[in-house]
Amino acid sequence: MSQQGIYINATCIIRHQSVDKNRQPVYAHEVPQADLQDFLRGLYDRFSGQYPKFHKMDLLSKLGWAATEILLQDMPMDQYAPEDTGVILANASSSLDTDEKYFDTVQEIASPALFVYTLPNIVIGEISIRHKFKGENAFFVAEQFDIPFVTGYAAQLLESGAVKAVVCGWVEQYHASHEAAFYLMETAPRGMALPFSAETAEKLYR
Amino acid sequence: MEKLMQDLKVQIIQQLNLQEVKPEDIGNDQPLFKEGLGLDSIDALELIVLLQQFHNIRIAKPEDGPNVFYSIRTMAEYITAEKAKQA
Repeated sequence: MSQQGIYINATCIIRHQSVDKNRQPVYAHEVPQADLQDFLRGLYDRFSGQYPKFHKMDLLSKLGWAATEILLQDMPMDQYAPEDTGVILANASSSLDTDEKYFDTVQEIASPALFVYTLPNIVIGEISIRHKFKGENAFFVAEQFDIPFVTGYAAQLLESGAVKAVVCGWVEQYHASHEAAFYLMETAPRGMALPFSAETAEKLYR
Repeated sequence: MEKLMQDLKVQIIQQLNLQEVKPEDIGNDQPLFKEGLGLDSIDALELIVLLQQFHNIRIAKPEDGPNVFYSIRTMAEYITAEKAKQA
């Protein structure tokens, strides 16, 4: 059953080195089975550019940052006060990939640049800095993408008036394995303008 | 000194992952932080690591950091002075 006054206005799904925006394929890496770093650089070149901080991010942050960049293309957020925009994300591997890389450096000289990415919610920080989001945020770690929970949490924030727009979803990365499934949920319809329900969110994920 | 400054530019680009910056984009006297190359506090820590890894130099006094890392030239001067002390 859909929840009145809450809409899924955009989606971005990244898996197997290809990207769907609002259920339409918008990008596939020209080199099949490319290195994840190269694939993410391809997304940056195609959808963004001119954001040097991107190159310093770990793979998890790059994936979430790029997914948000694509999600919010043609969906300006500057009508919202920074405090009215939230980010709710989840994944299974936390920041384990970067944790391992950091641990490898500790044997000699611990890397400050890696250390700052040894938490999964840093990706939320990178997204928030880029888009000037200052509202509610949370990062959950769970074995699988629990769509009713994550989107339901976002819907609750919208329903309670805590925020007016939420970027929410799943951002998973460990070694080459990766998947991002992002939703833009808002109280006003635009874009896809699908009335929110967990069932709709699940259909969009498939 | 010129060779050392050129090497430092390459090392900084590599260490700080400045993928959109070329060595020739960095002026010898350009400030590395804030309005110059735009480096941040984490980059400052990486520069300290760079001095250790590439030049075997430890910053003994943290308060020297802002002067040492002001520009490529001040870094090169510091490395040259420290190497002379080690010799």
